[in-house]
Amino acid sequence: MDLTYTPEEEEFRARLRAWLAGVLPALPPKPSPDDWPARRAYDLGWQRRLYDAGYAGLHWPVDAGGRGATPTQHLIYLEETEKAGAPYVGANFVGLLHAGPTIASEGSAEQRARWLPPVLRGEEVWCQGFSEPGAGSDLAALRTRAWRDGDDYVVSGSKIWTSHAEVADWCELLVRTDPGARKHRGITWLAMPMDAPGITVRPLRTLAGSTEFAEVFLDEVRVPVANRVGAENDGWRVTMVTLSYERGTAFVGEVVACRRVLAEVAREARKNGRWDDVVLRRRLGRLNAEFRALWRLTQWNVSEAQGTGGVPGVGGSVFKLGYSHARQELFDAAAEVLGPEALDLGREWTLDRLSSLSYTIAAGTSQIQRNIVAERILGLPRGR
Amino acid sequence: MDFRLTDDQRALRQGIRNLLEGRFGRQALRAAVDRADGKGGTHGRSGTDGRSGTHGKGGTGGKRPVGARVLDRELWRELGAAGFFALRLPEADGGVGQGLPEAVLAFEEAGRVLLPGPLIATHLAAGAVAGAATGEVVVTSPDGSLVEWLDEADIVRGDVSGAEPLASVDPLTPLHRLPASAAPRTGSGALRDPWAAGGPGGRPMPDGPGGHPEPDAPGGLASPSCGDTLLTSLLTAAEQLGSAARTCGTAVQHARTREQFGQPIGAFQAVQHLCADMLVRVEVARVAVYAAAVTADPADIAAARLLADEAAVRGARDCLQVYGGMGFTWESDVHLHLKRAWTRTHRAGGATRSEEALADDLVAGSA
Ligand SMILES: Cc1cc2nc3c(=O)[nH]c(=O)nc-3n(C[C@H](O)[C@H](O)[C@H](O)COP(=O)(O)OP(=O)(O)OC[C@H]3O[C@@H](n4cnc5c(N)ncnc54)[C@H](O)[C@@H]3O)c2cc1C
Repeated sequence: MDLTYTPEEEEFRARLRAWLAGVLPALPPKPSPDDWPARRAYDLGWQRRLYDAGYAGLHWPVDAGGRGATPTQHLIYLEETEKAGAPYVGANFVGLLHAGPTIASEGSAEQRARWLPPVLRGEEVWCQGFSEPGAGSDLAALRTRAWRDGDDYVVSGSKIWTSHAEVADWCELLVRTDPGARKHRGITWLAMPMDAPGITVRPLRTLAGSTEFAEVFLDEVRVPVANRVGAENDGWRVTMVTLSYERGTAFVGEVVACRRVLAEVAREARKNGRWDDVVLRRRLGRLNAEFRALWRLTQWNVSEAQGTGGVPGVGGSVFKLGYSHARQELFDAAAEVLGPEALDLGREWTLDRLSSLSYTIAAGTSQIQRNIVAERILGLPRGR
Repeated sequence: MDFRLTDDQRALRQGIRNLLEGRFGRQALRAAVDRADGKGGTHGRSGTDGRSGTHGKGGTGGKRPVGARVLDRELWRELGAAGFFALRLPEADGGVGQGLPEAVLAFEEAGRVLLPGPLIATHLAAGAVAGAATGEVVVTSPDGSLVEWLDEADIVRGDVSGAEPLASVDPLTPLHRLPASAAPRTGSGALRDPWAAGGPGGRPMPDGPGGHPEPDAPGGLASPSCGDTLLTSLLTAAEQLGSAARTCGTAVQHARTREQFGQPIGAFQAVQHLCADMLVRVEVARVAVYAAAVTADPADIAAARLLADEAAVRGARDCLQVYGGMGFTWESDVHLHLKRAWTRTHRAGGATRSEEALADDLVAGSA
């Protein structure tokens, strides 16, 4: 049990800190949440700066264009960027955190050369076309069809809840290539260009009022066979790789942010007198315990990943269960501190409270995470 | 940074697990419960010969609580010989020279098997009280308004005058209550002071995490110090963690084998989700306890304690639920875990104090 960082790790931290201190003040102001083109430009601009400074794809393998940093260095990166208030990964979420890593580990040399550098340089945005209206938690029930026609797959069907679809260049798409096979067997993982004819994106409004995600209709869209990652009908295995990255690493930096918000909430309570409410005060104290522990859990998972070459295990489900719940509790407590002002959509915490509602749903609901913990970690029998 | 256990730590944990499972396995546990419970399971208080001659034990009123006379002295000496009490004592002083993380692993194992006795008080007395380190001498000390194992202890550190036995809910933890006038007891407020003293960042534990106690002055036994309160809290958290991990494992094992409606109950999602939530609480508490052992930071200790108390108490309750009617019987061990977990939650200040301390921590240095 060693929580101290090595001199090399500390040096990495110091260099990163210095770089952030130099670059952040010169950053343009954040665009409005509804201005998608501006948000895309902002997020890609930040990615480009990271790339130029040598911080792009820190945790990606070197032969995929990454820096081959250790999981601990990646942790330091997430901690420091979050502490410094650097822009969040934003529209690059899918490309950097799960489509990219999936291609890096499952794609061919040509596929890696084609898709990975533009993600790292901040030139292309990816989205995730997994969910369908009839296939959410039961992802393997997906029905979007793809059949071979010469060198192309022809794809028809529809996807839903596709985050950032409006501004994406590529989509990691799951399709059914063998309708006769058992449900998990006939699935294939494709990289679909979002400007191909036959694609219609219809933005959906979230309960927070924004258009984070969309419905995507696919009408005989042609996707080259060369865009298939993994073998035909072997897409379920590739999907598991994608999901382990999505659940394993995606929320790490946010824990740091939550600890900062919690301290701000406490200070606000001191200012407006709510601190005198012992029930509320104790609730904030308890949240302090939870977020401290969630940070330790992150350090634990990262230490474990160091032993497995960086591939996150099912421990990500334990983390996601704890974290998604704690995050919702945090913003409920913030609302308690704000009082009537918690009804003001102009307050950042009000919007954060609304968006925190998605955490127990997106990337696999809490119920599904519990199924995973029960069956794959605890080894309980599968339900019928 | 590598948060995982070192090979030495794994070996130490395994060694203690082997010792405890061999020497205090289920049969020994049940035998101890039977001895404590007395024939017929009546909860009346029997008289006592009123042991005397030990320091500071006046006024126990000649009654003895349920559960006395169950401490296995031979086991206590074996624990001493294995280094359980002298674990953190420097080698130069005849100790094992290990740190807090190792102590936490040892107490986690003690918690798993529900090892009875004033383990923490004796551990903290090693080096200060002759014979404590080797397990020749059993030491207890008052904590808040309670004293554990007063009648069985050879030495009491602190003032216990006016102590009255109470019928302890935990058959394996005899308790005395101290008169209200005796409060505030040792260590009250101790968790808060270090916060107030230090700024954000470095808030060392008052006595120093690796520090071992000064021998008690010849004329009298010193009360446990402020640092001891924090250590008691941390080691209690470790015991709670062990108990929580055990009840989670027990529940999972039962869910795999007990069948209803033609299938193991563990295939039912309602049961699966109870078990999954138990594991999440255990794992979150585990990292909090281990991290607190490494940093010895008072806020980390408070967090570890809060989460481990909850993991132990709720874990035992959920385990009881998974066991169904069998869980409600005296024969199942589930109630023993629950009762001990309840007892431990009263040590070194309860949840309120931890939560208040953690709340203070949020605004430390800013107001
Ligand atoms: C903000 C946000 C962004 C998203 N972004 C994307 C994206 O970019 N790309 C993408 O592909 N998807 C995305 N999703 C979709 C997300 O992965 C799904 O919403 C999620 O997997 C749940 O599926 P569902 O919405 O169809 O709910 P359902 O599967 O219909 O579930 C409804 C309820 O039933 C419960 N339930 C279902 N099955 C079981 C079971 N076996 N046991 C117990 N309970 C069960 C669920 O837990 C839930 O409470 C996003 C979702 C959100 C909220």
